[in-house]
Amino acid sequence: MENTRLHKVDLIFENDGTCATTVLDKVLSRKPEDIINDMIDSGLKGRGGAGFLTGLKWKFTRNEDSDVKYVVCNADEGEPGTFKDREILDKVPEKVFTGMAIAGYAIGAKEGILYLRAEYNFLLPKLERMMNEFNKALQAKKLDFTIDIRSGSGAYICGEESALFESIEGKRGEPRNKPPYPTVSGLFGKPTVINNVETLVYATMISKYGPDRFKEFGTKDSRGSKVFSISGDTPNAGIYELGLGMSVQQFVDEFGDGDTKAVQIGGASGMCVPRKKFNDTIIGYEGVPTGGSMMLFNSSRSMYNVLHDYLDFFAEESCGQCTPCRVGCQQLLKGIEAVKNKNKTPDYLENLKKLAETMKLSAKCGLGQSVANPFISIVDNFREEIIY
Amino acid sequence: MTEVKTIIQEKLGKYGASREALMPILQAIVQEKNYLTEEDMVAVAEALDISSADVYGTATFYTFLDIKSRGKYVIRVCKTISCHMSGKDEIIKALQDTLKVGVGDTTPDKKFTLLTANCMGWCHKGPVMLINDEVYPELTPEKAIKIVQEYMAKE
Repeated sequence: MENTRLHKVDLIFENDGTCATTVLDKVLSRKPEDIINDMIDSGLKGRGGAGFLTGLKWKFTRNEDSDVKYVVCNADEGEPGTFKDREILDKVPEKVFTGMAIAGYAIGAKEGILYLRAEYNFLLPKLERMMNEFNKALQAKKLDFTIDIRSGSGAYICGEESALFESIEGKRGEPRNKPPYPTVSGLFGKPTVINNVETLVYATMISKYGPDRFKEFGTKDSRGSKVFSISGDTPNAGIYELGLGMSVQQFVDEFGDGDTKAVQIGGASGMCVPRKKFNDTIIGYEGVPTGGSMMLFNSSRSMYNVLHDYLDFFAEESCGQCTPCRVGCQQLLKGIEAVKNKNKTPDYLENLKKLAETMKLSAKCGLGQSVANPFISIVDNFREEIIY
Repeated sequence: MTEVKTIIQEKLGKYGASREALMPILQAIVQEKNYLTEEDMVAVAEALDISSADVYGTATFYTFLDIKSRGKYVIRVCKTISCHMSGKDEIIKALQDTLKVGVGDTTPDKKFTLLTANCMGWCHKGPVMLINDEVYPELTPEKAIKIVQEYMAKE
């Protein structure tokens, strides 16, 4: 890993233990508008996967006229192949809390809630202890902002922002219609900033070093660095912070096992990039955006099994609320099984692709809309593996 | 064992008698008893003044809020892609042989329930399993058996 051509970065896990005090003091000595302008200037986009400009999200929420506003930290990391938020929460939780407090100060919220997936409950005792200390420190600084933690209960869909709100409100985690967006009507119908764990840590680091330091990394469309969760057929599985904008080929040169035939970028709901497209595909918003999941497959893997695994996952995790997703996920799964078992002719894959496109247009939330990503990219690039 | 009534009162103290208290209450009951009975759900509905159908509807939405009888130790083996690639099938087989139950079943002494679950966020260290809240990554069949045997020796 020494002679890497990739841009290794150490912002997220940098830990000099002074964040909660020095960064907050610096932030509180400035106007909220200036904090928000720094975020906009940095070009930071949400690191959960959707990639909305963080500074704009904060600005819209600040501009809403409401006595009650919320900051929510989305720690419901459930995308297959993603595990970086767990590591961030384990290693630098105070930087996450600090990011929440900065957001709270910027938008004028008094309450922050961190929604932690149930699978990470083992982190709870430590997080609660640190949160209590942090809340006391905020009181001492006379910032009227308090953080609380809520647990999920094993539902992937609760990572979708409006489903997450429903869950905190004590309901089934079924996504809401949009608009209204959370900046207008989020948790309990109040203006809400909801950010991914990693996004909040970047907010802390941008407040610490200024936007220019962040802009040193990445490209025009993909500013900054990103934490990647790397798994699958690689000798170097793990968590790495890298500058955005590299090609898949550069990535594979560094992390592949010499026999990489495909990389799934962005988890089960992301895109499958085959070997012939490694050179032409950029990892970032100008190419394939990602919440950080990078899964490598070598030639010993059947892409039928990979797709089957993803579809099985979506069929189970679909909340069942809207018909395109509830029925679509099941039919795509049954459909590839039928083609594999020769109960349907290979042409049937074209019908299934149309179904996936229909889901993209008609499903209510990101889950159903994004099933087409893996489905079409795997079927198009590995058609023979699906049929035979 | 803490009574369900006591759990409800404690959570109502923190969150108030509103729907917001529902998830924390259900989670705390499952933490204590490993699953929700019909009586528990009715008691929660009464305390929050909502219909018991609403409580049931919410509980059954979430994988970790079980309404079927579960053992003291609930084992969840990750079955998603990277754990699949790194050998979750062998782990499940080893656990089935050791516990002498199938996936979805509970041992006759009500000590263990064996389940599979979707991605748990340990893709670089698969295969992985949860036993209640504890995580056990980088499993081999031998390692998984040894861990479960340690639980067997416990109360």
